[in-house]
Amino acid sequence: MDALREQACITGIGETRYSRGTEKSQVGLALEASLNAIRDAGLRPGDIDGVIPYAAGMAVAEDFITNLGIEDLNYSAMTPMGGASAVAALQTALMATASGLCNHVLIVLGRTGFSGGRIGARVQQMPQFKTVGEFEMPSGAIAPPQLYAPMARRHMELHGTTSRQFAEIAVTMRKHAQLNDNAIMQKPMTVADHQNSRMISDPFRLFDCSLESDGGCAVVVSRAERAKDMANRPIYIMGVGEGHPHSPSVITQRSDLTRLGTAKAAPKAFAMAGIERRDIDVAEIYDCFTYIVLCQLEDLGFCEKGEGGDFVMDGRIGLGGELPINTHGGLLSQAHLAGMNHIHELTRQLRGDGGRAQVEDAEIGLVTGYGDLGDGAVAILRR
Amino acid sequence: MNAAYEKPVPEPTADSQPYWDGLAAHRLMIQSCAACGQARHYPQPMCPACHSLEVSWIEASRRGTLHSWTETHHPFHAGFKDDLPILLVTVDLAEGVRLQCPLRDGSIGALSLGRAVDIDFEDVTDGLTLPVARLAP
Repeated sequence: MDALREQACITGIGETRYSRGTEKSQVGLALEASLNAIRDAGLRPGDIDGVIPYAAGMAVAEDFITNLGIEDLNYSAMTPMGGASAVAALQTALMATASGLCNHVLIVLGRTGFSGGRIGARVQQMPQFKTVGEFEMPSGAIAPPQLYAPMARRHMELHGTTSRQFAEIAVTMRKHAQLNDNAIMQKPMTVADHQNSRMISDPFRLFDCSLESDGGCAVVVSRAERAKDMANRPIYIMGVGEGHPHSPSVITQRSDLTRLGTAKAAPKAFAMAGIERRDIDVAEIYDCFTYIVLCQLEDLGFCEKGEGGDFVMDGRIGLGGELPINTHGGLLSQAHLAGMNHIHELTRQLRGDGGRAQVEDAEIGLVTGYGDLGDGAVAILRR
Repeated sequence: MNAAYEKPVPEPTADSQPYWDGLAAHRLMIQSCAACGQARHYPQPMCPACHSLEVSWIEASRRGTLHSWTETHHPFHAGFKDDLPILLVTVDLAEGVRLQCPLRDGSIGALSLGRAVDIDFEDVTDGLTLPVARLAP
C-alpha cells in the first residue's frame, strides 16, 4: 500500500466567499471555486484531465467540461460517502494520477445548504438514506442530528462524556473562526452560550450542530512528478484511507454505536504514510457535530475509546495546544463545505499560509471526512 | 382514516412487505435466515452470515431494553411539528436485533441503558401501523 505514498500532491486550492444567503447556483459556486483552484495551481482549465464532483446532486463531470471548456477528460468519478466524500476523493485522485491516467484531477463542491434545500429535506432524496427512509423516518427520525444523537448519548452513558466537553469543541472552533476572514461565524461564543443554546435533538444543542451555508471549494491533485515545478510548494499525500462501519446504512443496527468508519480508515492511512500519531502537527477533523469530532479523535487513535471527552479539554485542541484542530473554524463556525474546506485549510497550513491561525512549523497534518451514517476517510499530508 | 396524513410513509419493497404486513396485523415480524437461523433487521435480501437468499419470518417477542435514545425538539418535518418533543429510543430486542421507535410514556430523565421496554403498535393511517415502545412495568 505504501507504493502510493507521496505519489500525488495537492497543487491548487480555491474557495468562494462563504455566506448564508446567495443568488448563485451550486454549479456556479463550484465553478468559481474550481477556477480559483486551477489558477492557484498555475494551470489553465484545459490542463485538468480528471474531475471528481462531490456528489451527483451538486453537479456532474459534464458540467465542468461544458463550463470550463475542457476538450476531454481521461477520468471522472464520484465517491458517494456523504461528508467523507471529499477526503475519499483524495484517494481516488491519488489512484488516478499515480496510475498515470491523469496529470491533474479537480475535486470540487458547490453547496447551497442555506439558500437551497435544508438538510432535513435533502437527506430524504439521498439513495444512501433509503433504509432510514423506509424504517425510521415514518416514526420521526428525519435529519442527521436525530440520527447521530443516539451515538453521542450512548457514548455519554458508557463513558461519562458531557455536554460541557462538547462545548469545549464548539467554543474552540469559534475562536479559530474569528481568526479567519472567510469564516461566517465571527461572534464570540462562551461555554455558557453553548450550554444555553436551544436543544435540537438531545444531547445536541444548536451550537453542537454545524452551519447551513452557501459556497464553493475545490482542490487540484497532481501527479507528484508533475507537481515539482508548479506555482506552489507541493503538499504531498503521504497516506489516505477510507473505512465503512458495520451496518453502514443505518446506525440503529450497528454493533458498536460509538465507533465510526474512521476507526477502520485510520490504520490504513497511517500505514501508507508510515508515521505515528505524535507526528501530526495539525488536524482538520470533520465536525458536522461536536460529538463527531470527539469520537473521531478516539477512532483515529489520538486517545483511547471513552477518553475523547477529557482529551478535548484544557486547550489541547486549540491553537498553541498539543493538537490544534480545525484552524479555520470548521463546519461548526467557518462554513459547511462538507469537508472540502478542511482539505483547503490543511493545505494552507502546510504551505505556511495559515495567516493568523497558522500553526507554527506545521509540517505534517491530518484531515478527516465523515458522513452517510458512519463512513470515514482519513488523509495525511506533508509539506 | 386520516386524509391529511402529512408524515413520511414507507414504500415497502418485496423484501420488507412482510414486516409492514405484520405491523398492520399487530405482529412484530423479523427476518430469520432459512439456512442458518440468524435473525436480522431491518429487512434485507441476503443473510450476511451465510449468504443464503432464503428468508423465513419469525414473530418477535416484543420485549427489549434501551440501547440509546434522543429527544427531538426542532421541527425537521412539518408532519411532526405538533408532536414535539419526540422521544426516540433505540431498543435491543430479545431476538438480538434492534428497532428505533418513539417511546410513548416516560420522560427522558427516567431513561437509562438497559431499561426494559415493550414494543406496542399504533395504527396511524389506513393500512399503516408503526411500532412504539412503552416502559415495561
